[in-house]
Amino acid sequence: MDRHDVTLTVNGRTSTVSVEPRKLLVDVLREDLGLTGTHVGCEHGVCGTCTVLRDGESIRSCTTFAVQVDGAEIRTVEGLAKGAELHPLQDEFWDKQGLQCGYCTPGMLMRACEIIEGNPDVTHDQVREGIASNLCRCTGYQFITEAVCAAAARMKADSAETTGAQA
Amino acid sequence: MKPPPFQYAAPTSVAEAVELLGAHADDDARALAGGQSLVPLMNFRLAQPAYLIDLRRIEELTRIRTEGDTLVIGAMVRQSHAEHAPEIAVGAPLLAEALGYVAHPPIRNSGTVGGSIAHADPAAELPAVVLALDAELVLAGLGGTRTVAAADFFTGPFSTAIGSGEILTEVRIPRRAGGHAFVEFARTHGNFALVGVAAVVELDGGTVARASIALSGVAPVPVRATAAEEALTGTVPDDASIRAAVDAAVAGLSPAGDVHGGRETRTDIARSYLRRGIELALSRAGDRR
Repeated sequence: MDRHDVTLTVNGRTSTVSVEPRKLLVDVLREDLGLTGTHVGCEHGVCGTCTVLRDGESIRSCTTFAVQVDGAEIRTVEGLAKGAELHPLQDEFWDKQGLQCGYCTPGMLMRACEIIEGNPDVTHDQVREGIASNLCRCTGYQFITEAVCAAAARMKADSAETTGAQA
Repeated sequence: MKPPPFQYAAPTSVAEAVELLGAHADDDARALAGGQSLVPLMNFRLAQPAYLIDLRRIEELTRIRTEGDTLVIGAMVRQSHAEHAPEIAVGAPLLAEALGYVAHPPIRNSGTVGGSIAHADPAAELPAVVLALDAELVLAGLGGTRTVAAADFFTGPFSTAIGSGEILTEVRIPRRAGGHAFVEFARTHGNFALVGVAAVVELDGGTVARASIALSGVAPVPVRATAAEEALTGTVPDDASIRAAVDAAVAGLSPAGDVHGGRETRTDIARSYLRRGIELALSRAGDRR
């Protein structure tokens, strides 16, 4: 059987796995690397729960063969928290009830991470528009938007504090 | 579901890619660009190529350059890159605007300009854009390259002039003066459009000197609204001339209905979005005088 070595740096840790070309990135993450935080949903790129960051940009890991991202840096939901300390996005999702049933959460968090990191001054409307790429079938978008906005504000304040402390 | 097994190669040159494509023609070899249409089709086993040739390592296909008055976009330029590229904002603002309607950012981060054009979905944005802009598509095969006008490129739903053993390498877009507009109606932003309108209108002293209008979603292939272009050209645009142009365009349409909208609904939407597209393009053409 045709197999290929694929080297991925996932959440800072580099691994090489031998995979069939047909193996989707999401399945390599879950089955070969044991990172089951990323969910498999629709398998055709529509729902977004499989969203991960590839070299800092959000992609659908269910419509990406692992061989296509050989050599890339991948960030998954497991890469958000620092040890026991939750990422502000995770913390605010918890606080603002943004999880609901939790199925869309890993994708929502990674998409939100890209939105905030790309624009620390992101507005409420931009968040609403931005997360339109991901479906929440509990329809809990209001809470998710509130959580993302709260996290953005916190991250901005934290970064100002850090910059201030260095000055 | 998951795709059935296939073989895979990621060559680093166009020559190597077309050689592989030729050598595995009997295996239903397919070129893989960003995979945002092909991988879903494979997941559902609607497409089952036995050999995939991934074009991602071919550097020359990832560049955007300008040759005189022509913008040359490598087929593997990612949609999100093209959407924000300064060369495209200047050389083909219609394309930049249309890219904002292609699915959602996570899809555009992988999807490519060439991939969407080669996939030739009748509801897709980019085929209508290249048709409106009189772009040329460069195809490479074992025998060398050839250039096909956008008007001759789309041969049916999901069918193009790309021959067996050929890959799309470049999109060549002549620079156009005037105002542009891309508008579309979809049930929600990012969904497949029911109707899309790509328009470029050039004014000369208040008179329409040239108009190019193409529609998506209303026929098996993107179509030029030639009758509307002729109706507008030479007029000083006002409500009556715009209405005449829209009527002329719609008279030639017979969109197929489906669960998302019947023939009449789609025709009504086309009427409304043609008007919006033409008015927006005109207002932008006016700003530039």
